[in-house]
Amino acid sequence: MAKGVLVDITKCIGCKACQVSCKQWNDLPAKIPEFVDGLTGPPDMDGDTYTVVKFKVVEMAGEYKIRSAKKQCMHCQHPACVSACFAKALEKDPKTGAVIYHPHLCVGCRYCMLACPFDIPKYEWEKTFPLIAKCQFCFDPQDKYDRLSYGKPPACVDTCITGALVYGERDELLKEAWNRINSDPSYIKKVLGEKEAGGTSWLYISDVPFEDFGFRPNLGTRPLPEYSHDFLKYTPIIAVGWGTLLTVLYHYTKRREQVASESDNKDVHL
Amino acid sequence: MSADKGLFQEIAAYKWKFTMTTARKILILLAGLGVVCMLYRLATGLGSATNLNDQWPWGLWIGFDVLTGVALAGGGYGTAIIVHVLHRNKYLAIARSAMLTSLLGYLLVMAGLFMDIGQWFNFWRPFVSWGHTSVLFEVFWCVSCYTTVQVLEFGEIVTEKVGTKYHNFFKKALPVLMVLGIIFPTLHQSSLGALYVIMVDKLYPLWWSPYIGLMFLMSSFFVGPAMICVETALAGKAFKHEVPISVLRGLVRIAGVFMILYLGLKFYDLAARGVVNLIFAGNLEGNMFMAEIILGVMIPVYIAFSSMSNTRKGLITFGILVSGGLIFNRMNVVFTGMSAALGGWYFPSIMEWAVSIGLISIGCLVYCFIAENFNILVHEDHQGAST
Ligand code: SF4
Ligand code: SF4
Repeated sequence: MAKGVLVDITKCIGCKACQVSCKQWNDLPAKIPEFVDGLTGPPDMDGDTYTVVKFKVVEMAGEYKIRSAKKQCMHCQHPACVSACFAKALEKDPKTGAVIYHPHLCVGCRYCMLACPFDIPKYEWEKTFPLIAKCQFCFDPQDKYDRLSYGKPPACVDTCITGALVYGERDELLKEAWNRINSDPSYIKKVLGEKEAGGTSWLYISDVPFEDFGFRPNLGTRPLPEYSHDFLKYTPIIAVGWGTLLTVLYHYTKRREQVASESDNKDVHL
Repeated sequence: MSADKGLFQEIAAYKWKFTMTTARKILILLAGLGVVCMLYRLATGLGSATNLNDQWPWGLWIGFDVLTGVALAGGGYGTAIIVHVLHRNKYLAIARSAMLTSLLGYLLVMAGLFMDIGQWFNFWRPFVSWGHTSVLFEVFWCVSCYTTVQVLEFGEIVTEKVGTKYHNFFKKALPVLMVLGIIFPTLHQSSLGALYVIMVDKLYPLWWSPYIGLMFLMSSFFVGPAMICVETALAGKAFKHEVPISVLRGLVRIAGVFMILYLGLKFYDLAARGVVNLIFAGNLEGNMFMAEIILGVMIPVYIAFSSMSNTRKGLITFGILVSGGLIFNRMNVVFTGMSAALGGWYFPSIMEWAVSIGLISIGCLVYCFIAENFNILVHEDHQGAST
């Protein structure tokens, strides 16, 4: 069954242990610290950073509070990035639901970066032969960085000390999410990822607007690959139909012209 | 083998011409600069040569060199439909130069793409690893196939002068090539637009449309005659080759009809999605959209169907407005329409400009070279002999 992670923004204390453990597990180099919005650092995911804890100061009932949310690939159920990759370098693993990257197939067109509704895939801009960088859900068919196949939760979830991240079956997490929302009125009545972009493996619940952490306010619920499919499904019909029509026209107008020039020779006006 | 030897000898013996002028010297300089920048980019990567970043993964090379380049080169397939499928022979005079521009355009597009992809040694992957759910997959295949078809089509022109014994072979293959050479562009002109359907929550609603593919296709078709107007005006000066006004006017009117259909589709679609009011929102997007439609479509339609299209001036104005409008449209899709969603900042680096300009200069130089050596600009008096 498809796995998932429930992120409860109300429980996150912003310690960034998940961010560090991700770097460690995946052998990602550290960088000179750089901050935005106070404590968010690096400002966003990048070529060496699969996940970032985003901070936001929010005003609640006259009081200022800090909220933080870990962001990474959502591991969509209908991933736009996978459908957009023309070299099959991105793939959704049917068992775990992890969306993973096969570097040797990548051409480096960066269409996946634009297609992803959560702006997740990043690029190793400084390299001569750059690759895409994004969270792999600690799933690795090559084994080296694999945790999920061994029944372990992703490195970040394993490190989380407050239970803000919970790993499990997506269905059960979704139930748990709604239980929490229904038993505590301070939650926003929405599980982000339940339906967005066709549903995601990672689910978020929060007491402050999700847009505060950079989620698009206009995320639709229709799976994005369907939009491309709605276009591509006409390709065979157009290719065959148009080809036939052109061939017929070619012969027809050619013949007409021959007839015309024959009669021209006989000095007949058209 | 000996046949090939003969061919090489023939190539060596043929009297190639290339006249030097000041303009050409400047072009050679720009081309050289572009090549240097390209080598630098290949050696050091995208980060140091371009201003592309994680928020703006696509920039000038994709927006201008590829998206706009392919559309502007669309004159080739449009003319092929009119001349070779519908056999409107009065347009034969421009058929060859339109096809040549198109071929060169596509070769430049390929070069631009090659510069832009990060793992360029991997460019062939999609031929074997089929990501068929991607619109880009269709673009990739069709552009590659079409460029091949165009090179073969061009073989017919080349073998008139060099390697003449293959000429009959190319002549026989031409009808098949023509039909293929229309199907492929039809598909990829539209799929270039359809690349953006998946960005439904990113591209501004004035440009995002479920019909964006069809709109790209139509605009690539009607920009053909406009480009021919501009090109014949330029080439007319350089090579003393005047295309009769009636020929151009006929083409411009065909374009005009499609522009009216295009406008109709645009407004139907905006109305159907209930976003017409965004045009008048007074924001950057609204104003850019308005400018694009009025300058690039409405005014040219008026020119096409008024007496202005009877004069060379009118035709050139039409050509410049429509081609400019198309460039504007593609830029709006790639930059204006995406800026709110992507945030951050992007402006092409000097090297990005140098490469784009260099590629165009190379194109112009090759065009001149070919026009001087082969029967491209068919003069009235040669027409009988060369057709
Ligand atoms: S969040 Fe983006 S990168 Fe992750 S699976 Fe979805 S579309 Fe792909
Ligand atoms: S950049 Fe690589 S992974 Fe992304 S769409 Fe292009 S080929 Fe696929």
